[in-house]
Amino acid sequence: MADALLRLTGLTKAYPGVVANDDVSFDIGEGEIHALLGENGAGKSTLVKMIYGLVTPDSGAMQLRGKTFAPSEPSEARRAGVAMVFQHFSLFDALSVAENVALGMEAPPPTRDLARRIREVSEEYGLPLDPFRTVGTLSAGERQRVEIVRCLLQEPQLLIMDEPTSVLTPQEVEILFATLRQLKDEGRSILYISHKLDEIRALCDTATILRQGQKVDTCTPSEQTARALAEMMVGSSFEMPEGRAHSTGDVLLEVTGLSLAAPGAFGTPLRDVSLSVRRGEVLGVGGVAGNGQDELLAALSGERLAPAGTIAFAGRDISRAGPMARRDAGLLCAPEERLGHAAAPDMSLTENAVLTGARREGLVSRGLIDWSAARGFAQKVIDAFDVRTPGTGTAARALSGGNLQKFVIGREILQRPDLLVVNQPTWGVDAAAAAAIRQALLDLAAEGAAILVISQDLDELMQVADRFAALNEGRLSPARPVSELSLEKIGLMMGGAHDMEAAHHA
Amino acid sequence: MDFGSINPVLLLASVMVSATPILFAAIGELVVERSGVLNLGVEGMMVTGAVVGFAVAVNTGAPLPGFAAAALASAVLSLTFGVLTQVFLSNQVATGLGLTLVGLGLSALIGKPYEGMKSPTLPRIDLGPLTDLPVVGRLVFGHDIMVYVALALVAGVWAFLRYTRAGLILRAAGENHDAAHALGYKVIRIRLAAIFFGGACAGLGGAYLSLVRVPQWTEGMTAGAGWIALAIVVFASWRPWWVLVGAYLFGGVTVLQLNLQAAGAQVPVALLSASPYLVTILVLVVISARGHHGAPGSLGRPFHASQ
Repeated sequence: MADALLRLTGLTKAYPGVVANDDVSFDIGEGEIHALLGENGAGKSTLVKMIYGLVTPDSGAMQLRGKTFAPSEPSEARRAGVAMVFQHFSLFDALSVAENVALGMEAPPPTRDLARRIREVSEEYGLPLDPFRTVGTLSAGERQRVEIVRCLLQEPQLLIMDEPTSVLTPQEVEILFATLRQLKDEGRSILYISHKLDEIRALCDTATILRQGQKVDTCTPSEQTARALAEMMVGSSFEMPEGRAHSTGDVLLEVTGLSLAAPGAFGTPLRDVSLSVRRGEVLGVGGVAGNGQDELLAALSGERLAPAGTIAFAGRDISRAGPMARRDAGLLCAPEERLGHAAAPDMSLTENAVLTGARREGLVSRGLIDWSAARGFAQKVIDAFDVRTPGTGTAARALSGGNLQKFVIGREILQRPDLLVVNQPTWGVDAAAAAAIRQALLDLAAEGAAILVISQDLDELMQVADRFAALNEGRLSPARPVSELSLEKIGLMMGGAHDMEAAHHA
Repeated sequence: MDFGSINPVLLLASVMVSATPILFAAIGELVVERSGVLNLGVEGMMVTGAVVGFAVAVNTGAPLPGFAAAALASAVLSLTFGVLTQVFLSNQVATGLGLTLVGLGLSALIGKPYEGMKSPTLPRIDLGPLTDLPVVGRLVFGHDIMVYVALALVAGVWAFLRYTRAGLILRAAGENHDAAHALGYKVIRIRLAAIFFGGACAGLGGAYLSLVRVPQWTEGMTAGAGWIALAIVVFASWRPWWVLVGAYLFGGVTVLQLNLQAAGAQVPVALLSASPYLVTILVLVVISARGHHGAPGSLGRPFHASQ
């Protein structure tokens, strides 16, 4: 790698109560794919927001090709040749592809020319797109193409990508990598943010590792083991979850031919979903986000009632039973989205414990809440799952993602479920907490409960699941034993590369 | 009962007049909501526009300065709502309701000396032979200038939202304010501008009531027109031309029931007077039952540019 394209010196940014970046310095070379590695909350996002002009550093300086670079807003960064693909929230569902692209450009040409250029660029990089489709109807992979094409139209020198593969199938990841390598060959640089170590080792030339706002190291990832990188990120070693030998019992949950209309304009309908889970077994359901995961959980938890005769639990048809009845019967759920769906953010842990545990734990008598029992139950969850919090009176919002997730999962596990359905159990959770949560799920299965894990993290499913099925546009593939599967097969089960093609540009 | 006394041409012409105040208010509110803000204070801004427009028109002796003053007064009033909700992040629903109450109270205070007075009103335009055409002449070429201004405003808002970059950015702010912010757009500034425009439109609508439609000042004379305007925005699924349809539908029912009353229909007067509101509720229920109705994604959600 020749000269530095972008040089960061001593960047520091503090927010009330937390130093997001502390004296961070490194160089990004010309034509280099540079990885920025770190756990959630390590300061990766704040750092790239400074480069993109969304956040102004408290101190420190940046130089782009030797010239001072201090963008005060994103449009300035874009003019200087810096473009960014966001992890989420940068697309507008109700607008068309062309409109979305136009919004990210400084001086967009008239719609007709823009549509033509979108077609050209997307063809050139093997990312086919229809400029007039409404973005809300696109798959996650296609949505990402919109963002990438939006950046490429501006001929960027530095492309920042924030966790780009978290929503892609393995095949789509391959195509993305081909596109990125092609960009690199054209002399452009890429700042690639991720916590997926294998990808970084395969793709990136250099890696800078952040931990708690500070730079830990800059290294060549292909020379490091994934384990070593992980320990640099976390700062200590941690236990990987281990399954225990256990036998599977009778079929506990049997879903047959479940079809359910989409709940909203941009939701996914469930199409003829069939699955079964036995006692002592973990069934993993994978798939790219937005292919029916949330809808499947809602149908199983009873938030949406299913057509009669489609869901049988312990031999009884519960399709038309509400969430309370299902909880009473022993079917418990821990939905995704801790702040909003699984927990009420502004309520205390005790109150959150009552919300799902009231009946099974006997926290309510004659319509009145037994607060001391509720506090006891919340404390039990906190103790058993090592939730770091000042006490049971703390608001759910005040906990870190990992701690709240441990609480949410622990709250269900301690209610002794016969069947536990979890969606995204370790999303946005640090590696140590994720390992603890996965271990808890395995332990629960070893005690004879049936578990259904819905997740977009394939590594997680490979670790915990006995059998694997994939959701693709609301359809569920037949489940297959994990031991027979390779990553490639799983990718195909997830729908392969959704009409993508490799770049055909010289 | 004598339906023969109802002249269809005059009926349609009066529908256009009766729909104009709501049309002004609704097209303004549509822009506000497309930018992602729910301003429930339309009623208060309308009634303020009505009294300020009336007072200025009476004192200057000309209606047009009245309209200008009404637009300005309501826009300034709406900016208090804008500053409270956008800068100080107060709850939009509560602040909007407060704005209505403030508007009603303020207008009663300002309007006290003007009760019972008569204002100068807008003449109908006269295009000579065109206006003398049968049916078409009265319907198309025989209104006062503000009727045409309202129609032009609908067309203008439609073209603005559909064809201009500023319109695209406004829609983007309403659709997903986090994304708009991430791309570097000034969400709060965009929304304040939209709120200002919405206030001005509501003021024009109010002034049309007190200067043309009635034309005099009585306390609380908007009588729910602002609420109907809000309902019509939903009815229209946030699309400008459908606002026109909704306003004319509501105006049509209003005029029709007045004519039925005059013709001595054997239906209780109270029920007839309530019929426009009943129709509005009915239409809204039907629309909601259809499911998706295209509300802007960030409508009513507070925006804070946190990291």
